Amino acid sequence: MALWFVLALMTMTAVFAVLWPLSRTRSATSGSDVAVYRDQLEEVERDRVAGLIAAPEAEAARVEVARRLIAAADTPEAKLNPSLRRRRMTAVAAIGIFPLAALALYLALGSPLQPGSPVSARATIPLQQQSIESMIAQVEAHLEKNPEDGRGWEVLAPAYLRTGRYDDAVKAVRNAIRILGSTPSREADLGEALTAAANGIVTAEAKAALERGATDAGQEKAQYFLGLAAEQDGKSSEAISIWRRQLERAGPDAPWRPLLVQSLSRLDPKAVPPGPTLDDIAAAQSLSAEQRNEMIAGMVGRLAARLKDDATDFDGWLRLIRAYMVLGDRDKARATIVNARSAFPGDSEKRQRIDNLARSLGLDG
Amino acid sequence: MIAEIGHYALVLALGLAVIQAVVPVIGARLNDPTLMAVAEPVAIAQFGFVALSFAALTASYVSSDFSVANVVINSHSTMPLIYKFTSVWGNHEGSMLLWVLILTLFGALVALFSANLPAMLRADALGIQALIALAFHLFILVTSNPFARLQEPPFEGRDLNPVLQDFGLAVHPPFLYLGYVGFSVTFSFAVAALIEGRIDAAWARWVRPWALAAWMALTLGIAMGSYWAYYELGWGGWWFWDPVENASLMPWLAGTALLHSAVVMEKRNALKVWTILLAILAFSLSLIGTFLVRSGVLTSVHAFATDPTRGVFILGILVFFIGGALSLYAWRAPALKQGGLFAPISREGALVFNNLFLTTVCATIFVGTLYPLALEAITAEKISVGAPFFNATVGVLAIPLLFAVPFGPLLAWKRGDLLGAAQRLIAAFGISLVVIVAAFAFFGAKGVLAPAAIGLAVFIMIGALTDIAERTQVINQPSNAFRRAAGLPRGAWGTAVAHLGVGIALLGIVCESNFGSEHIASVKPSQTVALAGYDLTFEGAVPRQGPNYRELVAKFTIRRDGQIVGVMEPTKRSFAARAASTTEAALMARGVSQLYLSLGEPGTDGSIVVRAYYKPLVLLIWLGAIVMFAGGALSLSDRRLRVGAPKPSRSSILQSAK
Repeated sequence: MALWFVLALMTMTAVFAVLWPLSRTRSATSGSDVAVYRDQLEEVERDRVAGLIAAPEAEAARVEVARRLIAAADTPEAKLNPSLRRRRMTAVAAIGIFPLAALALYLALGSPLQPGSPVSARATIPLQQQSIESMIAQVEAHLEKNPEDGRGWEVLAPAYLRTGRYDDAVKAVRNAIRILGSTPSREADLGEALTAAANGIVTAEAKAALERGATDAGQEKAQYFLGLAAEQDGKSSEAISIWRRQLERAGPDAPWRPLLVQSLSRLDPKAVPPGPTLDDIAAAQSLSAEQRNEMIAGMVGRLAARLKDDATDFDGWLRLIRAYMVLGDRDKARATIVNARSAFPGDSEKRQRIDNLARSLGLDG
Repeated sequence: MIAEIGHYALVLALGLAVIQAVVPVIGARLNDPTLMAVAEPVAIAQFGFVALSFAALTASYVSSDFSVANVVINSHSTMPLIYKFTSVWGNHEGSMLLWVLILTLFGALVALFSANLPAMLRADALGIQALIALAFHLFILVTSNPFARLQEPPFEGRDLNPVLQDFGLAVHPPFLYLGYVGFSVTFSFAVAALIEGRIDAAWARWVRPWALAAWMALTLGIAMGSYWAYYELGWGGWWFWDPVENASLMPWLAGTALLHSAVVMEKRNALKVWTILLAILAFSLSLIGTFLVRSGVLTSVHAFATDPTRGVFILGILVFFIGGALSLYAWRAPALKQGGLFAPISREGALVFNNLFLTTVCATIFVGTLYPLALEAITAEKISVGAPFFNATVGVLAIPLLFAVPFGPLLAWKRGDLLGAAQRLIAAFGISLVVIVAAFAFFGAKGVLAPAAIGLAVFIMIGALTDIAERTQVINQPSNAFRRAAGLPRGAWGTAVAHLGVGIALLGIVCESNFGSEHIASVKPSQTVALAGYDLTFEGAVPRQGPNYRELVAKFTIRRDGQIVGVMEPTKRSFAARAASTTEAALMARGVSQLYLSLGEPGTDGSIVVRAYYKPLVLLIWLGAIVMFAGGALSLSDRRLRVGAPKPSRSSILQSAK
């Protein structure tokens, strides 16, 4: 509302600037070239008296200027031609057309309803409503000024990881370690960031950091990645033993439990009990939808790995196809149908049942 | 809300420009005093609204209002406050707003200080001024709106181009625009005179102060731009014959010619048609400069954005105003009465000589700048017309022009005595000959040109002083000299001072380009480089944190004959927001000479590449420009009317003696 009031005031000022001269009866002052030549004549005289020019030159100049003065004075003054009608027409245009045209153009170009957003106003937006990017930007701006604030770097590192800026995450953890000193937890973070930055490969550098982190027995993250390192080095048995020990330590609702189960089943499906245990189901009920999906994915992974070793489990195949559909992975479900059919080459009855299932899930054709 | 107020103010300014371009001009045709009188209040109001608009944009920048797209693209919330102000015009949209701010400022000034003008001339001139403003208001609102808003303001801006984060941005563009746009006033007066078909000495009397003010601003603006390029770009050069630089030099040359021919017109009522043409050309060249820089035809640090619609729009403005004015000129100029005869050897003749050469230099630069662009546009063939072409052509043309500078003021009006003037310059000749010989002896026979050019510079300087000495008769009657000096018109002082400035700048240019030395080396800490008698010891490089950048500072201790004379700290800055870096050269003045250090790439072993220059008398280049500015200011402050008292022919002397 305040904006419209200000705009109206501005429009009135502009209209007034046009109306005011129209309302004046006395016409504006008008200079003329005659005055200029008169001044020039006086100037010649002054220069002559001051001795700046000699008498004959002054005389010649006076003759010239006088000639111009006479010519200018002889030019007939044009007759002024004021008109009340034209004045009114101009006034009407200024009051009627001008504000409407200005408003129309402004409405076409401007965004009157959008509030401003200066920096001072943005600082008061509650933290929860800010996007992760804007929070990162805030911390970055703070660190630009105080690059030796280790806490800042430590806060920034996981945010970078979450937004996929892995190289920046590595730098942030390194800075935190440099400023605040090394702790097992920070070393584990460094190992994780380095691994992420190397597309999931645990590099030698990452492994060194992880080993420093694993000096604290409570550092499950470091342990897990060391297991991954062992797997990538081809030492499956070592990986399995690391992860199995971790699984034993983990409580039923430890958030990394599904990850461990999934990783273990990738290496040795027999290392984990098939199917969900009672504990698992109890855990699943207390989990969020996302965590539940993760758990299901873990179990599905185990099942798929077992079927690869033992393709004769017909019910297992059917369960796997349904599970992929639940997870929303139609491509994998289709691939599993093909695999299941090829697992029973001679059994037309079983293949028929697989086809029926596929039809009922909308996967045929 | 503030941004929207600014936006609406600009729309209102456009509306007022329409009224100002139509109503007073109709009034002038019908001789209606009331309609003509509309021009002044509307011109002032128009300026007021553009100023409000500019203030609103500035407020958006200072408060970092990132709902304004222009602010997002060109600023950052952590920038130092001064750059928040200057980044208002450190971009295309904002700089165009500055352009119209100055354009309407001149309109308002004409409205305020023109009570002594004939009403019709004033109404027409203000109408033309409004027509130019109208075109540029429309250009800004349609193609380059600085008040465009973003629905979802980002959290942080993209920062100002690091090269522009410098004090130079605070002064160079405003002065340059004051110069460019100042010539719009002379343009408007010229077109108004052509419309009325009447032009006389009084016209020149009214127009000359505007031309002088514009010329002064342009002189300083170009000098500042040159100094900025000198210390910011890190190559130690101060003039590159870059098309953008040429674009500013062309209106300056035309403006210089205009100043001189306006003198002839005011004092002697001659050269009228030519002066009108120069007034049109000076502003036309300013418009061409704007087109070259703003259209994206050229890519340089000045081309903030390249957008074909903008180029086409400005081209339209260009064709309309230049084409329109020149057509009007071709149609009406033959009807203008010529007047004021003079002999070839006379003050008038000398000024014609000056105009001839200035316009030829201007035309040469025009061809050298635009020919490659035109060729590329037509045949897609790229050629480069660079410094060698300009140095050869402009240098050759400048020599006679510069040599003639001291003669002009010594010649009498109407008919002069060349031999007499030469005799009075004998002392100047003598001193410059001595200087040439001394220069040869000192620098050895490196070449003939440099000592001769130094001689020429000295000749101009002594020549300018000779004029004052002659007029005050300081040699013949020293007792009265002081009184005479005080009585001299300030315009005469202005001429002498401005010409002195030309000599000073020339001396700096010649010495810097002929006797400078440079040294490029990769230095390790505590290593010493010798340059022009100075020992530069690299002490090491340390990182440092700035407000919105990080910089590597290299410290050099400067010794001369074992004595420490100072410390120089060239730096390299890196700006995170734009992922860009700049080099900040370190300068150390030694008298009017300078040591210049600029950093290259740092090596892995703590070494760093450094470019070190010794620039003898380099500061004189810009000092000369400041002296020229002072000369202009002296002349501008002279409110007396000028009459060029003609030297009467022999017969008339006899007549008056009778």
